[in-house]
Amino acid sequence: MTAQADTKLEADVVVIGGGPAGCWAALTAAEQGARVVVVEKGYVGTSGATAAGNTTIIDAAPGSVAQFEALERRRARGAGLVEEDIVTRVLDETHRQLDRLTDWGYGFPTSDNGLLFRGSMRGVDYLYFMRRKLLKAGVTILDHAPADTLLAHDGAAAGVSGWWRGSGERWTVHAGAVVIASGGCAFLSGALGTHNLTGDGYLMAAELGARLAGMDFTGQYGIAPKGSSVTKGIVYFWATLFDADGNRIEETGDRQEIVARHLLRGPVRAVLDKAPERLREGMRHGQPNIFLPFDRQGIDPFTQPFEVTLLYEGTVRGVGGILIGQDGATDLPGLYAAGDAAAREPMSGATSGGGGPNASWALATGVWAGGGAARFARSLGPLATRRPARAATETLGTNVAHADARAEIAGIIRAVQDEVLPLDRSFYRSGARLAVSARRLDDLWQAVRRFDGRLPGQEKAHEAAAMTATARWIVASAQARPESRGIHRREDATSTGEPPRRIHSGGLGRVWSRWSHVTDRPPLESLAAE
Amino acid sequence: MIELLSATRCIACNLCVKACPDHVFEAVENSIPVIARKEDCQTCFLCELYCPVDALYVSPLRDRDEPVSEADLADRGLLGSFRQRMGWDRARPKGTHRDTSYRMFEDDKVKP
Repeated sequence: MTAQADTKLEADVVVIGGGPAGCWAALTAAEQGARVVVVEKGYVGTSGATAAGNTTIIDAAPGSVAQFEALERRRARGAGLVEEDIVTRVLDETHRQLDRLTDWGYGFPTSDNGLLFRGSMRGVDYLYFMRRKLLKAGVTILDHAPADTLLAHDGAAAGVSGWWRGSGERWTVHAGAVVIASGGCAFLSGALGTHNLTGDGYLMAAELGARLAGMDFTGQYGIAPKGSSVTKGIVYFWATLFDADGNRIEETGDRQEIVARHLLRGPVRAVLDKAPERLREGMRHGQPNIFLPFDRQGIDPFTQPFEVTLLYEGTVRGVGGILIGQDGATDLPGLYAAGDAAAREPMSGATSGGGGPNASWALATGVWAGGGAARFARSLGPLATRRPARAATETLGTNVAHADARAEIAGIIRAVQDEVLPLDRSFYRSGARLAVSARRLDDLWQAVRRFDGRLPGQEKAHEAAAMTATARWIVASAQARPESRGIHRREDATSTGEPPRRIHSGGLGRVWSRWSHVTDRPPLESLAAE
Repeated sequence: MIELLSATRCIACNLCVKACPDHVFEAVENSIPVIARKEDCQTCFLCELYCPVDALYVSPLRDRDEPVSEADLADRGLLGSFRQRMGWDRARPKGTHRDTSYRMFEDDKVKP
């Protein structure tokens, strides 16, 4: 639907965010008979990290060798934090839904051996398909409608409100249950498709009192041609890298880590010379956006070395997010989370889930959260949306309109980025630097809370607050883990043989972080009627 | 960032206004839309797919301006080049089944 002044809607389930997780949540809830509204900051179809890229997804049948191998890879990479039963459930669910996509006529390609290939999808095609699917299922979609405030009744999530980007007018959706699928947070680093991913959902969930997890595992960056947005790291599997002196880099291992190490000393260049002709063709026809920075600047990436850089991917490709139980339930009744918005440790452990595990996680947790939310809403009975719901936050904006607000908010965002984006802040961490960041971010939190996103010129205040809060949970969680593990790299602490534990975090005025047992998570399901 | 909205090609369908995830374009009554918030462009190139008449050009430079001329871009075959490669046609994906990404997984170097 399009923007109207003071829109008021009722739904059984409202889903915040229209990427893969949000679309699967909405579709699942609608299939269970729920009235569903999706609210999206951008446009359902183009918004988010999946839309702008290609997404690898794990297509492995239950009990198959492929599934066993996928599970083994997760276990090997997860540094002790992967939960095998959950990975198996995610892979089973992904396979089931890929079968349904096939049945619905999704245009999976046929590979040269004549088999349907379902292991990689073009994000923008996938989400175009999902959008149409939602509309056919009767889901109401609000595009260009950023959410900023959860509604609560008696400690339970009861809806959400936000504003229309076009008019600045408010909208409100009263709902029986809420699914947060607003993606991760990449702090406006410029990484492909991440501009809307500013941690808004984390902030809203934390305002209601939800816990976060895995915010320590956020040292995640993507390789991109310098000056471009195209963080498609897969192509560097076939790259030769050169250091600042023009010498070929011979080291083997994690590509991001090699690039990071050398970028600290000077420019790094790459050439995709190891790709055979057949693959070059495959990349060109499969993922044309890889070549936009090259073709549009007259570079042949297969023969001419080009400068590369690392762009921060935060929790979009990292691990952290809202702590969920197996059906996507958070600590709060009626509040569910899915995809990058949810902590992904059970699936990816201490390391990045890259494309495949993350896309599978988004799909499966979307299905579970949508189903869980629909069941919860049903358990409330027909008067769910008539509950006297109130805004979950009382702290929004004590400031009045003033002329410099836009510039001041931009300054706060830059200051937060300074504590998160540099390689010596998030790729390589140290206790001393984290302590400095923690103090600066505390001050920035005080500063950002003076603004109110509802006032003209302060539209970015909520994003700024969400990024500030996310940075504080990241820093507090990194401080709480005095060891290196996965993508949490402490210069002042090596890897230890410590048994794997999780770090939970939360809080706004006062941020907290603490060790937690691996299995400490919200209960499987909490239905209101029970 | 978005550098061109061609006044000669644009048919004022306003699909870019709708489809841009970052609300970069603004519809104008009885006229073609304008690039109203260039600084919010995330350089995702997706507006080019949704434009049915190849009137848009996104420079691959995400953090600085790149002055362009429509004639030069057209000469170099860059207007609509991404859309054609992706097989989009009139704001619809028609090339999904022609995605050859599977070749990236053939030599077992990359595992999903």
